[in-house]
Amino acid sequence: MADVITYREAVAEGLAREMRRDPSVVCLGEDIGAAEGVFKTTVGLFKEFGPERVWDTPISEQAIVGAAMGAAMTGLRPVAEIMFSDFLACCWDYLANEIPKVRYMTGGQVTVPLVVRTANGGGLGFGAQHSQAVENWALAVPGLKIAAPSTPADVVGLLAAAVRSDDPVLFFEHKGLFASRGPAAPPDHLVPLGEATVARPGTDLTVVALASTVPVALAAAEALARDGIFAEVVDLRCLIPLDIRTVLESVGRTSRLLIVEENPYQGGWGGTVASLVADEGFELLDAPIRRVAAACVPLPFADPLEQRVMPTVDKVTAAVRGLAAY
Amino acid sequence: MSAELLDLYERMAVIRGTEKAAHDLFMAGLVKGTTHLAAGHEAVAVGASAALRPDDYVFATYRGHHHAIARGATPEECLAELMSRDTGVCRGKGGSMHLTKASASMLGSYAIVGAHLPMAAGAAWSAKLRGTGQVAVAFFGDGATNIGAFHEALNLAAVWRLPAVFVCENNLYMEYTPIGTVTAVPNPAADRAPAYGLPAEVIDGNDVLVVRDAVARAAQRARGGGGPTVIEARTYRHYGHSRTDPARYRPEGEVAEWLARDPLLVARKAVGDGAAVDAADRRAQATVRRAVEAARAAPPADPAQALTDVWADGGAAWRT
Ligand SMILES: Cc1ncc(C[n+]2csc(CCOP(=O)(O)OP(=O)(O)O)c2C)c(N)n1
Ligand SMILES: [Mg+2]
Repeated sequence: MADVITYREAVAEGLAREMRRDPSVVCLGEDIGAAEGVFKTTVGLFKEFGPERVWDTPISEQAIVGAAMGAAMTGLRPVAEIMFSDFLACCWDYLANEIPKVRYMTGGQVTVPLVVRTANGGGLGFGAQHSQAVENWALAVPGLKIAAPSTPADVVGLLAAAVRSDDPVLFFEHKGLFASRGPAAPPDHLVPLGEATVARPGTDLTVVALASTVPVALAAAEALARDGIFAEVVDLRCLIPLDIRTVLESVGRTSRLLIVEENPYQGGWGGTVASLVADEGFELLDAPIRRVAAACVPLPFADPLEQRVMPTVDKVTAAVRGLAAY
Repeated sequence: MSAELLDLYERMAVIRGTEKAAHDLFMAGLVKGTTHLAAGHEAVAVGASAALRPDDYVFATYRGHHHAIARGATPEECLAELMSRDTGVCRGKGGSMHLTKASASMLGSYAIVGAHLPMAAGAAWSAKLRGTGQVAVAFFGDGATNIGAFHEALNLAAVWRLPAVFVCENNLYMEYTPIGTVTAVPNPAADRAPAYGLPAEVIDGNDVLVVRDAVARAAQRARGGGGPTVIEARTYRHYGHSRTDPARYRPEGEVAEWLARDPLLVARKAVGDGAAVDAADRRAQATVRRAVEAARAAPPADPAQALTDVWADGGAAWRT
């Protein structure tokens, strides 16, 4: 195996590892089989595992996720793909009303060990209906675990944890990161759900980021370090379970917090992080908590417009400078 | 006289009696929320159950008391659930609309119209992949045939040739609106089946033996690799849609006509032995009476239960 792989290759690698390990893992989705996925994230799976393990579906988001649920309740570990996360709206009933609730409302009689993978986020000029960062939709529903890796190794490690989890996991793969490269995952790599990581240590301020905003935050931290401002970047990796302890520990060291999120400010996950830190870490803070999030408009198409709406290195850099000087 | 038919009669009588008890307990203030009584639909649940293996999967709707009991949930644990007792079949977390008995492969009652049809397809897919010979059955209302999930599930089950049976309980109404006024075809489920290349039957849903035989044919086809079947069982609910509905929108003549074809009356006539049926009625009443007493005596739901069972580890932790 190569030492460096792309995020896109890591998805297929992570799936293949789990499918080799556990014959009850099956994949289903649109164009994922013979065509190997519209984002080429299932390359090689159909060839290796065949049509009994990798199922091409009709364009039926409700049937895909609903069937995954029924299969998960009856002994399989399905991994369903929803091509673009925007399309989660077409099967939202399953992610809001069915999957997260069935265990609870039956008094624990059933479990739903499934993964719904989906390509999330903007930055590629796909317009308002193919670019949204919708991780905050999922955060609004108790009963779903939510992973959103930022590196190829984390893709593999978190996929392993997600597939092995007896709970339903919504797994956000970031479209803007598919071509990015990073060290390959070691054999048997597993990143437990709900463990954030310090992606870059620093002393002056904590920047909490997720998926696409991790490289944005890292680039900003790199630039700021040249000016003597040392930002610590925390990659949350999961929204549920939310590793707020790692955030609080970091804020304990830095006393300042910036949250960088791609979903809109309105209802974005940073609000929950900010609320927890304000509630439980108020004494640690020497400055207000700030958030850089997407503007509260639909994602526009044109490059300059999309950049205006989404978090960028410039916006993060400016926000860090402001907070550091506070 | 057929011993099997008498047994099916008694099963229906237990369901009828349990629902009557649920109604009375509601009036006595001991059941909160709402109930959707299935009185009138008993033959569908009991007939289908008689045709299925114990490990065949069943998915039902909010109007699902009859399916839960027909598949093995006890009247006591169902009534206890309705009465918010700790001994309820879902420990007080489900209520009337979500009765579930997973240990008997009754995998839930779902209150979003049509949502469980894809789940049943998925359970059938799982059975097929695991090679268990199990069949998955979804029971749903006529109203569910106009929602997308119905069509997505039928198509997927058809193209994947899944061991699924789709049983529509066509009781002629959605909540208050006659299904015929909002549906482009006369038989809302059966007439859609040909679009997915699926066989369909319209049957008398008030005759328990007719239901049993139709489901047995469909299950046999499914187990033999022949794929899914759509069964449209015509039936009628004896009460309104839910607790608060006096059902004034239904013409008197129609109600009388269907009450005369009450599935319990139909089965009573078919048994032929009035004394044997009366004895079955008495046994059913005693079963229900004991269930009501036990449910009444059970402790209330435990508030500590509210923060359990979100995750497979039994807990509800969402953060570190
Ligand atoms: C998606 C959805 N839309 C609307 C409702 C509200 N609702 C509950 S039951 C019902 C009528 C369903 O009719 P039918 O499928 O014929 O079942 P029946 O109640 O007659 O058994 C409606 C509209 C719902 N629960 N779910
Ligand atoms: Mg109806």
